[in-house]
Amino acid sequence: MPIIDPEAIVGSRITNQSLSRWLHSLPGVDKVGLEARAAALSTRSIKTTSKAWALDMAISMMDLTTLEGGDTKERVRSLCLKALTPDPHDLTTPQPAAICVYGDMVKHAKEALGKSKIQVAAVATAFPSGRASLAVKLLDTKDAVNAGADEIDMVIDRGAFLSGQYLEVYKLIQAVKKACERKDGSHAHLKVILETGELETYDNIRRASYLAMLAGADFIKTSTGKVSVNATLPTTLLMLEAVRDWYDETKIQIGVKPAGGIRTSKDAIKYLVVVKEIAGEKWLTPKYFRFGASSLLNDVLMQRQKLSTGHYSGRDYVSVD
Amino acid sequence: MRLEVKKTYKLFIGGKFPRSESGRVYKVNDHKGEFLANVAKASRKDSRDAVVAARAAQSGWAGATAYNRGQILYRIAEMLEGRREQFVEEIRALTGKTDKQANLEVDQAIDSFVWHAGWTDKIESVAGNMNPVAGPFFNISTNQPTGVVAAFAPQDTALVGLVNTIAPAIVSGNTIVVVSSEQLPLPASTFAEVLETSDLPGGVVNILTGNAAELGSWLASHLDVNAIDLEGTSNAAELEMLAAENLKRVIRPGSYSRKSATGSLQHILDLMELKTVWHPKGH
Repeated sequence: MPIIDPEAIVGSRITNQSLSRWLHSLPGVDKVGLEARAAALSTRSIKTTSKAWALDMAISMMDLTTLEGGDTKERVRSLCLKALTPDPHDLTTPQPAAICVYGDMVKHAKEALGKSKIQVAAVATAFPSGRASLAVKLLDTKDAVNAGADEIDMVIDRGAFLSGQYLEVYKLIQAVKKACERKDGSHAHLKVILETGELETYDNIRRASYLAMLAGADFIKTSTGKVSVNATLPTTLLMLEAVRDWYDETKIQIGVKPAGGIRTSKDAIKYLVVVKEIAGEKWLTPKYFRFGASSLLNDVLMQRQKLSTGHYSGRDYVSVD
Repeated sequence: MRLEVKKTYKLFIGGKFPRSESGRVYKVNDHKGEFLANVAKASRKDSRDAVVAARAAQSGWAGATAYNRGQILYRIAEMLEGRREQFVEEIRALTGKTDKQANLEVDQAIDSFVWHAGWTDKIESVAGNMNPVAGPFFNISTNQPTGVVAAFAPQDTALVGLVNTIAPAIVSGNTIVVVSSEQLPLPASTFAEVLETSDLPGGVVNILTGNAAELGSWLASHLDVNAIDLEGTSNAAELEMLAAENLKRVIRPGSYSRKSATGSLQHILDLMELKTVWHPKGH
């Protein structure tokens, strides 16, 4: 895998000033054009075999999530069992890509998932606000990695980003990336949550995407799901453009994960259309595109049942989470 | 000389007035065969959306106190009274009834709502029960709404039949997706406007205009529908078989009169489930 040289990309030594200059030299986002493009792509009609394919792809891209204060070991276990057998009536249903939980639940998730290929993702770095000292954030990350987490979903410090302290955010991501390393030299996959709902402008989202990619993110993720504005189609489109352009420039392929507010199959399929049209088929795989969702799975399962039985299903026919 | 503003009659789903997702409309003629209006023609996807809206509204409506439901039903009767002239005019144009006959039909519709409004907090008193059992238990049977009801209003009446299809379902806390009479749909659309302004939470009543034969199998086979009222259908036996898949409660055509100012307690109970609780008696 090619390794990037941040200094070569930025064009000088990494300082707050050089990062700032680099990020602010990115082209501005055409808000109207971006939203119109997202709206146009979301009108596309996906039917029959394409729909069946898209539903299965959506399931296999899902990070089945439970991030509640009231989470228990049992709740995580039941979610894992659901991931192992999403639809007991139809064993051809694919499994989701990962289970996403808080750090202290990683061991329970690992235990419940056993030898399956389903990954365990842990949110870390004082999720969702990110308001803690660097030491605490790194410890939080290491704790989850040591417990066996395959993926780490970190949050950036939005306060620092918005006040122009780009170097601080850059160093934070790099430090967390280092904390993701395991003893055997491998490292947990790092997803960087930009919390786009708090970044105010599309320009900021573009800058935050590039900053995260420069610092070594494996994935850029829209949201924590804990603020009022979560993943939106235009935001995801914008981030897909960023990873596409980054790949053209560096040959490093970064993934995208919209999270929060994606509840229906219809929504999920709209995102898949955008992935295909903006980033291309290279991204139409769980390795490079994920959905952070909890209630989406049941809706997709009901749609699958509709396709196989010919009549509409109901929520009595999927498990209660 | 001014151009008359013709009304577009739309569907009523989740408290909103959408066009059919299919974009279709159909022509409705008056009793002399002359064009009266274009009405939205609901598609299978509209029926699906309506069930989703009805399901979303169900727990809230069932959770409202019986007293509150009664007040809202009574309020619907009040609002119907206020729109009397419009209903009379539509009924006359569609059916050729005289002014007196059309007024009578509106009277019946209003009175039926008042009749049903009175039942909300009395169903339990009359139909609930403390059962005698041979053991140290209180054994109590209570009636619970069954959930989401799909219904086909009678084809031969414009307003009173629709009202006598909706009221018995929602009185106990069910929500309903009702397909109006295909040829006499205008009062159904106007009735939706009454509902929209009467404190009834969105989604409790969803009104579709269109072809019962087209929508029938989708609603009858829908697993998120708990009961089906087949009054206005012409292939009831076939639909009843589809409804058996998830053991829907079924009301067959002709089971109850839909043209009177009073309903039937049995009709209400047909759309409810009996829940029996065993509770240990103290010493």
